[in-house]
Amino acid sequence: MTLLEEFGLWLKTLNWPEWAAYVVPALLGIVVVLGFVLALVIIFIWFERRLLARFQVRLGPNRLGPEGIFQPLATGLKVLLKEDIVPAKADKVVHWLAPIVVFAPILLIFAVVPLGQRAIFADLNVGVVYVVAISSISAVGIYMAGWGSNNKYALLGAMRSIAQLVSYEMPIVLSLIGVVLMAGSLSMTKIVEAQAIPFILLQPLGFAIFFLGALAEMNRSPFDLLEADSEIVAGFHTEYSGMKFAMFYMGEFGHAVTYCCIIATLFLGGWQGPLLPPIIWLLIKVFALYFVMIWIRATMPRLRVDQLMGFAWKALFPMAVVNLFVVAAEVLWLQTITPWVIVGINFVLAVFLVLMWSRLFTLGGGRVEV
Amino acid sequence: MKFERYGIGIAKGMALTFKHLFRYPLTVQYPEEKLVVSRRIRGNELVWYPDKCTGCATCAKSCPQGNIEIATHAAKDNKYVVDKFEVDTGRCMFCGLCVESCPYEALAMGYAYECAQYRRGDLVLKKETIQISDARKPSGYYRPKIEEALPKQTLLVYWDKEREEGGQKLNFLGLSKKRGRGV
Repeated sequence: MTLLEEFGLWLKTLNWPEWAAYVVPALLGIVVVLGFVLALVIIFIWFERRLLARFQVRLGPNRLGPEGIFQPLATGLKVLLKEDIVPAKADKVVHWLAPIVVFAPILLIFAVVPLGQRAIFADLNVGVVYVVAISSISAVGIYMAGWGSNNKYALLGAMRSIAQLVSYEMPIVLSLIGVVLMAGSLSMTKIVEAQAIPFILLQPLGFAIFFLGALAEMNRSPFDLLEADSEIVAGFHTEYSGMKFAMFYMGEFGHAVTYCCIIATLFLGGWQGPLLPPIIWLLIKVFALYFVMIWIRATMPRLRVDQLMGFAWKALFPMAVVNLFVVAAEVLWLQTITPWVIVGINFVLAVFLVLMWSRLFTLGGGRVEV
Repeated sequence: MKFERYGIGIAKGMALTFKHLFRYPLTVQYPEEKLVVSRRIRGNELVWYPDKCTGCATCAKSCPQGNIEIATHAAKDNKYVVDKFEVDTGRCMFCGLCVESCPYEALAMGYAYECAQYRRGDLVLKKETIQISDARKPSGYYRPKIEEALPKQTLLVYWDKEREEGGQKLNFLGLSKKRGRGV
């Protein structure tokens, strides 16, 4: 039973009417989750700008407030006051609706992210399916933005985004199934409880596939082809300004928050951890993941379109299938064995598979010298 | 098995960027922190020696814009006394031709670079402001004698070597106080 359900029951004992005991906890939960997400988005914006600057031997924003922590607020205010320009030949309704369609699913996903043992908005028994389903909606929003702008660069970016999101959805879902098989449940809380040993150790390959797939899903560098500013201006949000642009910007960081939370929940043991309170443990894991994402952004150049698709279909997808079968076999036949043996087997398998598959991406299977 | 083809390049790149994380940022936060400019620079400043100047007005003739205005009268010992020495720095491009043309080395470039004013009239420098003083020192530009006396410098120096000899090792946190503040 979640905390909110318990709160509702307590309201009923105070003789509140049935509907009020349902609506009040729900509204409270919405406020808390929204506050958590938006606060985290603002902190992420600051964190990314500062840390990326440090990776590039710069200082980053440091004027407004101590260490520049109020810079995102100033940026937000600036963006709010800017003129909202809609292109003359744009599809007005679609153009207006697109930022909302991109941003809303991010908030919806947080309904099933457990922030503590019972601190979850809705403990769905199909939580993982819900996450996969909702997180694909923002692809529609991005395509709406590209189509509605009536701009060839926007449309190019949006089409790239569709190809990319559809391709990377497959390895992500396949590596998720491995987690679900091991946990024996689709519920996010049950998955967290099943991780006495975090799944990153039990399925290193699954984690790597999910992490890279998530990078592509949230359009981050090195998979940021749909807003590749050196090729297609700003991609799908070329024609956006003012608050609508801010929605896309928030959506970008909101995606990062969401995927960090989901990866932390599914692979790093979520809120579990010694000594510190659960929410602190979750935040530590989320920020560690985001640090790695910024690190990758600071290091890697952008992929070409064909490399991007090739990486999804020739590397991640078959590896995810192999990973899925191996995990299924382990769950089926190695139930009684100590989990550390499985950890060993899977690490060896991950290294072997990565090395074997990297041969596919060399010229002539490695026989040709460059 | 060559590991160049198995992702070792990615690992190397990641290690390199991680090392950059611990370098001190190169950003100079301008109004608070300033680079110490070279003392041999052709700065945005003219320095005039009243005792060396004979009022010959060679500088005024050499000036491409005609910015320098000199008025003199003859003293009893038949030498010129400079009544007026005005430089309109608003039109000056600091080409240094006046300094190079001066036969008596009575004019030199300085090394200040923050010479903006709110009014155009303030840009016309009078005799009293342009003459040499503690705040207005000549740079080594086209003046080998002055240059010899100057300390050795790299072109752009991050912190003030004249003020702090030694102990300028870059470290991660303690540097910002050691940087040169102002010229």
